[in-house]
Amino acid sequence: MKADPTGVLTGAHYLDGDFACGEGAMAAGCRFTAGYPITPSTEVVERISRRFPMIGGTFIQMEDELASMAAIVGASWTGIKALTVTSGPGFSLMMENIGLAVMMETPCVVVNVQRGGPSTGLPTMVGQADMMQARWGSHGDYELIALSPQSPQEAFDLTIAAFNLAEEYRVPVMFMMDECVGHMTEKVVIPPADEIEIVPRRLTAIPPKEYLPYRVEGKLIPEFARAGDGYRFHTTGLTHDERGYPVMSAECQEVCVRRLVEKIKRNTDRIVRFDEENADGADVVVVTYGITARVARMAIDLARKMNIKVGSIRLIVVWPFPEKRIRELAGKVKAFVVPEINYGQMVLEVERCAAGQAATIHVPHGGGGVHDPNAICEAILEAAK
Amino acid sequence: MTTATVPERDMFDGILRPGNTNCAGCGMSIGLQWFEQALEGEKPTLCIPACCGIVTAGKFPTSAYAVPTIATTFASSAAVATGVSAVHTMNNEDDLTMCLAGDGGTYDIGIATISAAAERNEDLLYVCYDNEIYGNTGGQRSSATPQGVKTSTTADGKLEPKKDMMAIMAAHRIPYAATLSIAHREDFLRKVRTARQMKGFRFLLMLSPCPTGWKSEPSESVDLIRTAVRSGLFPLYEVFDGRRYRINARPDGTPLEGYISRQRRYNSKTLDIEALKRLISENWAYLESVERAFPAPELDE
Repeated sequence: MKADPTGVLTGAHYLDGDFACGEGAMAAGCRFTAGYPITPSTEVVERISRRFPMIGGTFIQMEDELASMAAIVGASWTGIKALTVTSGPGFSLMMENIGLAVMMETPCVVVNVQRGGPSTGLPTMVGQADMMQARWGSHGDYELIALSPQSPQEAFDLTIAAFNLAEEYRVPVMFMMDECVGHMTEKVVIPPADEIEIVPRRLTAIPPKEYLPYRVEGKLIPEFARAGDGYRFHTTGLTHDERGYPVMSAECQEVCVRRLVEKIKRNTDRIVRFDEENADGADVVVVTYGITARVARMAIDLARKMNIKVGSIRLIVVWPFPEKRIRELAGKVKAFVVPEINYGQMVLEVERCAAGQAATIHVPHGGGGVHDPNAICEAILEAAK
Repeated sequence: MTTATVPERDMFDGILRPGNTNCAGCGMSIGLQWFEQALEGEKPTLCIPACCGIVTAGKFPTSAYAVPTIATTFASSAAVATGVSAVHTMNNEDDLTMCLAGDGGTYDIGIATISAAAERNEDLLYVCYDNEIYGNTGGQRSSATPQGVKTSTTADGKLEPKKDMMAIMAAHRIPYAATLSIAHREDFLRKVRTARQMKGFRFLLMLSPCPTGWKSEPSESVDLIRTAVRSGLFPLYEVFDGRRYRINARPDGTPLEGYISRQRRYNSKTLDIEALKRLISENWAYLESVERAFPAPELDE
């Protein structure tokens, strides 16, 4: 389906990543946003609060992030595409309701413009240290999807992709920006609405009397019924059967939670997305994401000038992780180099998938700035030895 | 020629020290200096959530608080203060535990912890400096923002009127709740001392001009509050045990327009000034009726 032109601000713009993310949401058909002020993400909701009145959307500034996340769960169950936006401390507050959204299979998008942490950390400065929190932050077993843009243009494009994935798999999608991308201003081209593919809410065609909210009949993703369309449904954070009613048993837990995990795992090949450059035949592959991918580019160029055979993989979808490709490469390369603005998060995934077949070298940065490309280059040279 | 000398102050003098980065004309700055005077050298333990009070006044090496200061998460100053106060009680110490929070941390995200601490009647003094905006994140609306005010998330002016936080706190039947004006010094100091002498949960609400967010002249901050009090917009009153009322100053006919017109945050197209005036007169009718029905003992002048 093509995008509704009402929300699409077609043209070439000069936007920061936060504004571009807001535009992406509106282009994707998002018409409900709940948020709470927090640096460096506030500009996303400021943009939306100005534009929504013109396109028929509703923005509510909530009393806190618990309420923001809860409100988008409610909005989504009423059939609308919904967004919330935050940064580290707010992301922590959202975790319980993110788990609720996972358990209820609620399509929605959560933007985290990452800043330095832990705790209040560096409100106005960059970090990439919430990557594991995005995957594991709420309790219990589950799978979800996370993306990471490297530019304002991608903040626009991938926000649309995030909404599409949320609808496709009925899962909250974490949009893991970072402060640099959020506050960086660049050219952003917004295409005409008829060039933007969107996935609409997949409403059930089953008549209300026969409908069960979590009946899948061999598929992995149940059909959605909107509150207000005459369907009767029960949805809950408790372990539930296909009727949506709580059943406290190990058997029901197995069916309910296994499907939450499998619906992402079995579709991993369709969901994963990364940019690969010269990885085949390389001695060293640099694995990056977000702003660090752009910093690493200079390091890669420097290393190539020294005749090192270096390739790169830039994660676009971060979760699920492109496990298969890393395993393939691990048998062929000497080492992976993983720079990221934290003390070791996605590198753990690379190391796990490399499984001892290739070395894994982490290039940490504590946050508040980006890497010195020379530090990444040195790691590449070390890895090539 | 004589040269003016600035009295020497060391790291341990007062509460708010020089060197903080508060904006000129900040009501919170003025208020903190008066707290210092009212408390006469006593050192409260400050629990401050995310707000200007922790950012502008908490930078090393110009770190401006001369007292123990705990920067809490946004929603939890009253909960952290509960722990501080409990330990003071366990140790038989009469130390003052004081929360200092903006309107965002009080009216919005912090209200659950405040309500819970008030219901438990925790022994702490909660001070809200209300600048009617999320100043620290660049000026978004809060539930303390008045109707008709433009903020970065209410471009045409906020639709809803301000939340009545004093009524909410009075409904908790806490020992003491009072409003503070930075234009009424004696009244301000007396109320802080009254609160200090009491036990249990005490709530002080200070209307705090923010020239940056209110788009007003810094030099007019004090006069703006004077006008807010005299026009009846910001009543000065005390509530004892949530029931007994004492009004400290009554409107003297000063026009409300003198308050509104000196701030560029109001959208003249969407501000319903007649509705605001009706609201003010209803507030006063209510306040005067409860004061008549449930008067607090008169002050010994």
